Amino acid sequence: MRDALERQRHILDFTIASLLRRKGKNGSLLAVYTLIIFILASVLFFTHALKREATEVLRETPEIIVQRTMTGRYQPIPLAYADRIRDIRGVITVQPRLWGYYYDGNFLANYTLVVPREDPPEPGKIDIGSGISRIREAYPGDIIGFTGHDGKPRNFSIRKILSDESQLISADLILISEADYRDFSGISADQATDLVLRVRNPKEYTTIAEKITRLLPDSRPIVRTEILRTYDAVFSWRSGLVIVIFSAAALAFVIFAWDKATGLSAEERREIGILKAVGWETSDVLQMKFWEGSAISLTAFLLGMILAYAHVFFASSFLFAPVLKGWSTLYPQFRLVPYVNFGHVAAIFFLTVVPYTVTTIVPSWRAATIDPDAVMR
Amino acid sequence: MISARDITKTFNAGKPNEFTAVSEVTLAIDFHRVTILKGPSGSGKTTLLGIVGCMSRPTSGRIFLGEREITSLPERFLTDIRRRTFGFIFQQFNLIKGLTVLDNVMTPAYPTSERFPSLRKRALETLALFNLEHKADAKVEWLSGGEAQRTAIARSLINNPSIIIADEPTAHLDTKLSHEFMAIMRRLKGEGKTIILSSHDPIVYDSDLADSVVEMRDGRIVSSGPRP
Repeated sequence: MRDALERQRHILDFTIASLLRRKGKNGSLLAVYTLIIFILASVLFFTHALKREATEVLRETPEIIVQRTMTGRYQPIPLAYADRIRDIRGVITVQPRLWGYYYDGNFLANYTLVVPREDPPEPGKIDIGSGISRIREAYPGDIIGFTGHDGKPRNFSIRKILSDESQLISADLILISEADYRDFSGISADQATDLVLRVRNPKEYTTIAEKITRLLPDSRPIVRTEILRTYDAVFSWRSGLVIVIFSAAALAFVIFAWDKATGLSAEERREIGILKAVGWETSDVLQMKFWEGSAISLTAFLLGMILAYAHVFFASSFLFAPVLKGWSTLYPQFRLVPYVNFGHVAAIFFLTVVPYTVTTIVPSWRAATIDPDAVMR
Repeated sequence: MISARDITKTFNAGKPNEFTAVSEVTLAIDFHRVTILKGPSGSGKTTLLGIVGCMSRPTSGRIFLGEREITSLPERFLTDIRRRTFGFIFQQFNLIKGLTVLDNVMTPAYPTSERFPSLRKRALETLALFNLEHKADAKVEWLSGGEAQRTAIARSLINNPSIIIADEPTAHLDTKLSHEFMAIMRRLKGEGKTIILSSHDPIVYDSDLADSVVEMRDGRIVSSGPRP
């Protein structure tokens, strides 16, 4: 056992000395390899952590939302609908909501206006998300102006900046009083944007949604699971988009690695011949090549993973966050909660380290099976 | 005694470029003696050395190392014999560039399980025999021709082989270094090593060191016997 270890140690020593000789070739290979692992791991870490975060946040989403539609288009919903829905068995509460979007042409940004149920600002005051504060350089106590539905400006005093805890949701948010919202948007006093319901039994969501549709044919109930599914699809689609783009990079890497790994140079062939001539067995040469491939791919794997982890969880994924997060110019600046799915780590490992190591052995095996006397000629 | 019986070596058999390098050669090489294979380029010396040194197999014929027939041994056993019994000195030296002199000398012993400190000590002692201990940490590409040759000789001795095989050892050396090489061979012969040299350099085949000279031409032995 000890002899076998000593022998492996010798071969490993030789491998390290051998790797250090070709600093240029191995260094560039390591750099490209690390970059690809970094990109793949970043995408996986990021999308997974983002989906997880979104799921956590959306868990607070209402169980059923009821909108009103006219020939398929959204319309404000009369408050009288709330009373009729409240009478349906199984519905605990019905709350009207007031919310909408505002496009700020000066800053090319979309804001989300919401009238909060709890702790709403007093009329004339608003709370704003950190994204808006950043882009407009507006802070508590400042006056900020928006153009209302009638084209007339309205000024608001900023009460506070919303906390950074859930930037994904709140970066572009404006919390406003009900009176100000109705004045600003022009929505009449007997209407709301939509209604949110709480239902006693989750199994009854679909039944209640059907009852609402029968009772109010111009309404459109949306069940929470549908919302979660939509968000999931959106995030999956976006991450899929990035993965498709980076697949091209991964393919380039495969070609690069294949070329580097399979194309033994004349110098390397000669060295294998020398090693065999001086008494190395074919298996010794293959072990040496195995260690060589493993050293490069494991180093690249570890470096790529560490860099990706730092990029996603400490550096706010600055490289591709704009593609994956939101559609506004107000990209949230938030840090994701570190979360690593070991299935993904294993997938990257088996798709990169294992094939690369194998590709280094195959050509060496071919070279190592030739007669060593080739070096004498 | 090393015996070669009816050795033929054909390359690319059955192909348009088929070529017979050695043809029906029968030869006996005594242990503890110096045997020199002499002949022009292409006469088959290197191929015969490779076969005798277990580097390649003959297309036909048999090789005996002492009483043991080695021609039909599996690759692993041949490698083991090559490592333990033979030390090779190549025409081009065949040192591994980028590695130090010490690493090159230790390379043949890496597949053994000798402890590293002991191996290193032996390698340094071997280098000292050739006044190269101060070059141990130098990269081999920095060496002069003579130093590279001596490093190659040190490497061939690291596994303490009983037979030294050198292929055209003086081809890249000037007259002074060629004589130095022969002096080293003389020393090794004095230590009881069997030495087989191939050369078409008179410094080698006319040397009084040679116990036996085998002359080859066109893959066949044209004469053999004690040095005239």
